[in-house]
Amino acid sequence: MRPSAARLLNILVPIKRAVDYSVKIRVNPQQTGIDLNVKHSMNPFDEIAVEEAVRIRERLKDAVKSIKVVTIGPSKSAETLRTALAMGADSAIHVEIPDSAPPPEPLGIAKALRAVIERQKEGVDLVILGKQAIDDDAGQTGQMLAGLMGWAQATFASKVEVNTADKVANVTREIDGGLEELKCQLPLVVTTDLRLNEPRYASLPNIMKAKKKPIEKLSATDLGVDLTPRLETLKVTEPPKRVGGGKVENVDELIAKLKEAGITAVKA
Amino acid sequence: MASQPTRLRVLALYKELHRLGRDYDPSYNFHGKLRRMFEKNKDLTDEAEIEKAIKFGEYIKNETLALYSLRKYRHLRRMYPPNTKPDS
Repeated sequence: MRPSAARLLNILVPIKRAVDYSVKIRVNPQQTGIDLNVKHSMNPFDEIAVEEAVRIRERLKDAVKSIKVVTIGPSKSAETLRTALAMGADSAIHVEIPDSAPPPEPLGIAKALRAVIERQKEGVDLVILGKQAIDDDAGQTGQMLAGLMGWAQATFASKVEVNTADKVANVTREIDGGLEELKCQLPLVVTTDLRLNEPRYASLPNIMKAKKKPIEKLSATDLGVDLTPRLETLKVTEPPKRVGGGKVENVDELIAKLKEAGITAVKA
Repeated sequence: MASQPTRLRVLALYKELHRLGRDYDPSYNFHGKLRRMFEKNKDLTDEAEIEKAIKFGEYIKNETLALYSLRKYRHLRRMYPPNTKPDS
């Protein structure tokens, strides 16, 4: 089959090893953050991103040259990369940070991703990542990356259609009050929303096959990026415990309680 | 036991179900039940019956997967309901 004249698509999917969705979050004893000695797994929005990349390849077939996943995290993040490889990515890049290092901030991550993209000899046409991580809910990395690269961005995507021939993508976004359709030029950063797709299960045979796929190891110094946090968290506390409602006996008691709460009658 | 290819299929199914059982609700003894059900059928020789048992195992696998998907989706939907961005 003759290759098309359009350039082949290289997709990069950054993922994060985040606290698992089923874990009950607890504030740590020092009140500086949450207890991280819990189950971790791939951020659900990033799973959706990996799934979307694989589905784009299923739709466009040979037009997609490669799907690379990248993560910036401690050594255990390699397991998350293996899951992504089992879902259908071709190769992975692990920017390893020491286990004792503080968790990187979105700006640091975006700068590291920029360095990774610049290292790719064949370039990157499409970056798909989750809209936010479920442990910090920052929701900044995608937008910061697009800003640093000077690329188009389409966030909270609920549908992505890529046209390699014209090098554009039609992205439907979820916004207040409905949906918005954007036509974006490639290269493009897309952040995924929950309703984009349903990620596939990585079956055991695929996990075994994924062990053979390559993972490139890099460090922050290799990329020339400083991942030290710029923000200092002063205190983290739990929200106030919900106080149960009380029942009142009659209307007079209700009025008395309302007055107590500082609610005054409206002048007619 | 039955022929080699069938044996491999059964073993693969068992491993897959065992791995899935890790995320199941601990109050239900998934691994115990899994082992007992497979052991109950270990002496089957009739191909049709073996096939039926394998199909049942795959059915359980798909049901469990659907359960996990739903559980996760429901949780995420509750945490991130549609259209909750603050008014600017």
